[in-house]
Amino acid sequence: MSNSEEKWDLEIIPYTGLFDINWRELWQYRDLIFLFVRRDVVATYKQTILGPLWFFIQPMLTTLMYVTIFGNMAKISTGGSPKILFYLGGITVWNYFQECLLKTSETFIANQNLFGKVYFPRMVTPISIVISSLLKFFIQFSLFLITWLYFLFQKTPGTSPNITILLFPLYIILMSGLGFSFGILISSLTTRYRDLRFLVQFGIQLLMYATPIVYPLEIASEKYRWLLLLNPITSIVEAFRYAFTSNGNFSSYNLIYSTLFMTISLFFSIIIFNRVEKTFMDKI
Amino acid sequence: MAKTVIHFENVSKLYKLGEISTGTISRDLSRWWALSRGKSDPVSKIGEVLKKHSDKTVWALSDISFEIKQGEVLGIIGGNGAGKSTLLKILSRVTKPTSGRIRIRGRIASLLEVGTGFHPDLTGRENIFLNGAILGMRKSEILNKLDEIVAFAGVERYLDTPVKRYSSGMYVRLAFAVAAHLEPEILVIDEVLAVGDAEFQRKCLGKMKDVSQNEGRTVLFVSHNLASVKSLCSKCIFLKNGKLEYQGKTDLAINQYLNILTHNQNEFYFDAKENHEACFTSLKITDSKNQLNNTFSIMDFWQLKIGFRTHYSVSDLVVAVGLLTSDNILLRSIFSKPFHAENGNYEAVFSENDIVYGVGTYQIIISLSINNHIIQHIEEPIFITFEETQFQHSFLNTKNKGLILNQMNVRILPV
Repeated sequence: MSNSEEKWDLEIIPYTGLFDINWRELWQYRDLIFLFVRRDVVATYKQTILGPLWFFIQPMLTTLMYVTIFGNMAKISTGGSPKILFYLGGITVWNYFQECLLKTSETFIANQNLFGKVYFPRMVTPISIVISSLLKFFIQFSLFLITWLYFLFQKTPGTSPNITILLFPLYIILMSGLGFSFGILISSLTTRYRDLRFLVQFGIQLLMYATPIVYPLEIASEKYRWLLLLNPITSIVEAFRYAFTSNGNFSSYNLIYSTLFMTISLFFSIIIFNRVEKTFMDKI
Repeated sequence: MAKTVIHFENVSKLYKLGEISTGTISRDLSRWWALSRGKSDPVSKIGEVLKKHSDKTVWALSDISFEIKQGEVLGIIGGNGAGKSTLLKILSRVTKPTSGRIRIRGRIASLLEVGTGFHPDLTGRENIFLNGAILGMRKSEILNKLDEIVAFAGVERYLDTPVKRYSSGMYVRLAFAVAAHLEPEILVIDEVLAVGDAEFQRKCLGKMKDVSQNEGRTVLFVSHNLASVKSLCSKCIFLKNGKLEYQGKTDLAINQYLNILTHNQNEFYFDAKENHEACFTSLKITDSKNQLNNTFSIMDFWQLKIGFRTHYSVSDLVVAVGLLTSDNILLRSIFSKPFHAENGNYEAVFSENDIVYGVGTYQIIISLSINNHIIQHIEEPIFITFEETQFQHSFLNTKNKGLILNQMNVRILPV
């Protein structure tokens, strides 16, 4: 046959290389990413009375709780910033990271029916989760912004911004990248070990206390501070607070560490995810 | 000459039997710990002897090679576990083959299950977009096709209603409509027509024919409904235990499949139902010498011996037999005369000398009724096959002469 050597559009073969990641195909499916984002946002609050207001209620109640317990009862310092602003900022950033991680970590388990029926680049799912979480983050961030502006105009001490606020987009990228890479790594591993799901649920709680969310980094003694700084999220949370309130710890070395950490963990988790997605249907 | 659009080359798929992993880290660790000290596997079942590696694997597909040309409608038939689903899964890239390769020209869309990816809370319109995108369409393409999809599914009025409020029929129609209008070069369809009413099924079959014949697209169709396979497919492959048993003309593939299905079984026993007034116990297909058989030459004598039991004395008992063609057409129903039976075991013998059925395989259905009330109805894979005789009368040239080969009295008179 003369045309048998013509170009084929697709070849299905047993093995592909470790770095054989089809980015172009992912780009072709960009509409699907946005439709998934839309589905997540629309479907979450359908048939709820308050609808998207829940985006505000969650951080507001949590902040109130932290102000009462950690601020007033335990009297933990907030490093000179108003308590509400301090906790709200930490919660907003942390919520975003947590949501990215938890939701992407369920990628394979939650979608096994869908993945078992049709093919599309599996990476579409976690990417869409990060984007829909980002939307939610911006809504919650607007709450923080309003609170912050209120304090700013009241000229409350410890609320003045500084030039590092320009680095804000970098902080978001770092949070997204870390949440995404941890999430897909866990989701790849949970296809084999279901235990990890339970571990993740309470592991993320523990991680929150290993991150300066309910306390400022400065109250940690010099001896143990390096331990907290090993956590790549610590410097991001601190730098975020510093940008808006000039209170907190800003260190470019620590941020470079977080960036490197994110890059390496993205690199490995994408390779592992790409490996697992090919055969996970036989394992799950 | 039409282009080859799908080319399977020696495709095999190996599944490991049993657990691939034990599922939890702790058990994997304890297993590794025990095995490394030479103790028995704590996770394996008691009494389970560690078999050789080869026993713990199964070839879901082995060495499958075939080609599909553009515009063909290929049917894939085979019993449960024959490898049909695995083949489709590999083709739609849900999983990978263990060896071999498949080359494809054009875009594939697979409709493996109805409404894959539908979100119950989203409206019909939103789901059309979502489903279309999952199947690989761009948003603009869906927008162009939206009216057509909606019209085909017949859901205009419910377009902005969440699909969870849809009837299952509407759900299926919408799902099929999206996939059918996808304009992929290759459409893979698995058993979707099992749902939906008769009219919609016809519509789907029509659309699939249309897609393949007029638009030159290729369709792969997997179904247990042999009638629709027959009406739709130009070629068929027949899988058995992961091996390609036959490829070629649809009729021949279906006949082979039916031959395997019947598996020369000509004696059937049914579980007694004690709580009924009467029940079937057995069915035997025999020839004139009472030898069990289920394949007859068209002129041969055959009979059905149906055993049943009554638990009380009953009257107006009727035993009925139905003959069904492979197209699911009820060819005939035969009823015994109503009779009175005392408590005990009986046998009803159905036989005839007059009617000659066309070559093929027919399903036998039996039912038992008392006072026009059906007590038991058995529609199991019970088959009888008629083959061509070696000594053919001229009028019994059996090809394409219908289901009943008897002739009428024909007189030709001058007028």
